Amino acid sequence: MTDQFTISEVCICEAAKVWKNDGEILATGIGLLPRIAVGLAKKFHNPDLMMTDGEAFLIDQPHPLGVGAEPSVDGYMTYSRVFDVLWSGARHAMVTPTQIDKYAHLNISSIGNYAQPKVQLLGVRGFPGNSISHRNSIFIPNHSKKVFVEGSVDMVSSVGFDADGVEPLIGKVITNLGIFDYQGKKNTLRLLSIHSTSSLDEIRDNTGFEFEIFSTDETTNPTKDELDIIRIELDPNNLRSSVIGE
Amino acid sequence: MTIGIGGWGARRKPMSLVREICRSSLKDLTLVSYGGPDIGLLSSCKKIKKLIFGFVSLDLIPLDSHFRNARQSGELPEVMEIDEGMLQWGLRAAGMNLPFLPTRVGIGTDVLKNNPHIKFVESPYDDKEKLVAMPAIKLDVALLHVNESDEKGNTLIFGPDPFFDDLFARAASNTFVSTEKLVHSTCFDKEKVANYNRFERNLVSGIIPDEGGAHPTACNPSYGIDLDHLKEYSKSAKTFDQYQEKYLSVDEATYKKNVGGIKSITSIPLTKF
Repeated sequence: MTDQFTISEVCICEAAKVWKNDGEILATGIGLLPRIAVGLAKKFHNPDLMMTDGEAFLIDQPHPLGVGAEPSVDGYMTYSRVFDVLWSGARHAMVTPTQIDKYAHLNISSIGNYAQPKVQLLGVRGFPGNSISHRNSIFIPNHSKKVFVEGSVDMVSSVGFDADGVEPLIGKVITNLGIFDYQGKKNTLRLLSIHSTSSLDEIRDNTGFEFEIFSTDETTNPTKDELDIIRIELDPNNLRSSVIGE
Repeated sequence: MTIGIGGWGARRKPMSLVREICRSSLKDLTLVSYGGPDIGLLSSCKKIKKLIFGFVSLDLIPLDSHFRNARQSGELPEVMEIDEGMLQWGLRAAGMNLPFLPTRVGIGTDVLKNNPHIKFVESPYDDKEKLVAMPAIKLDVALLHVNESDEKGNTLIFGPDPFFDDLFARAASNTFVSTEKLVHSTCFDKEKVANYNRFERNLVSGIIPDEGGAHPTACNPSYGIDLDHLKEYSKSAKTFDQYQEKYLSVDEATYKKNVGGIKSITSIPLTKF
């Protein structure tokens, strides 16, 4: 927490930028912060984005979280139709895996021995198809070696940079400590900036594999315009404050 | 026996039919589902031999404690965990009487490592691309829940998303449908039939009139997800006896009474996502 803004707000503003140059595609933010980020992207960076109400409709404008406002519907997007869109590539999602490794494999399935997992998570959902069909960005609220694992993730739920003939499209990786992408040499994780509340040492101590350093600059501060949209229009009840312990 | 269960997560699940399976002597089932509390309940009742799934979630509560318990205790080692799109493809292939449908989905992931029975096929065209041959998922029975049906099995789904119920019906030898309301098809108006009749009556073997039958999952526009009940259900994963006694050792009419009666079910506000 700094005087003027929180790390959650920094993450939302940085996350919103991933959709800036995507044009007219479906933007999906899974989880609270990515969802606010899609709303900010739509309002601030890219009004052409298509976004859903989380149920079955496309909405013209993001509706404020937790307020129960009726969204203005401008299209239909059932789950079946989501697959038609995503297989065409016209989508950019932001997801929060439980584990991620140096090849950008993500895991949302299970931890430990597959036949009897130590921790059963959601299941692979649409990750295998998403990862070979469209761009995915990643939001991690708890950057640690438990998430950025040494070696491989326990259950490879999405394609990584070690696969034969296919490779994932990874946008940005936004964590509570800094901003990254996978555009280092041979697609290694690459540090782009460090949040004001963190340090290179802290990031090293909490990442289970080697990463490249493109820049150790401080992450860009949110602007007043961005903060106003988040605080007044998108998340008036400050639900975002519960996501990152700060 | 392979049973497919319609709906999605905590939305429009044929829960009264699932509870009847819990009460029955059926066991060693292969279940196919976009999983929600249907899978959790059947896991805790030890009815599942094999699960074919992409996820199990209660929507508003991200993970299902009963399903997790079954997996983590080693009671449910046999799973075919596949991408949701592969699940769709498998059901579609079965409905189309095809042995498989090609896809790229699954390549480069542990889905294929953990399911070595899923094979590849080479495109016969110039591209020669190597594709995953997603095998048909044939169902003996599909169980679905709809808003309205007539005696002949003409059904209407008014909820905003019909999910993959039509694919379940087409993939199954027999489809049984519970319905909020049994009506005469002469009451259907043309516009409603055009928009809300998602599959043909010849696919439907039986209709069970059952208002509130999706509880505790949502059945829009009649009622939303019963979050309080799902919390009680979630807490009961490790002390299942109590939940079982209150809700499963009794018949459906008593179940409905024990959750507050049909009026309290139909007054649950629609869920905002």
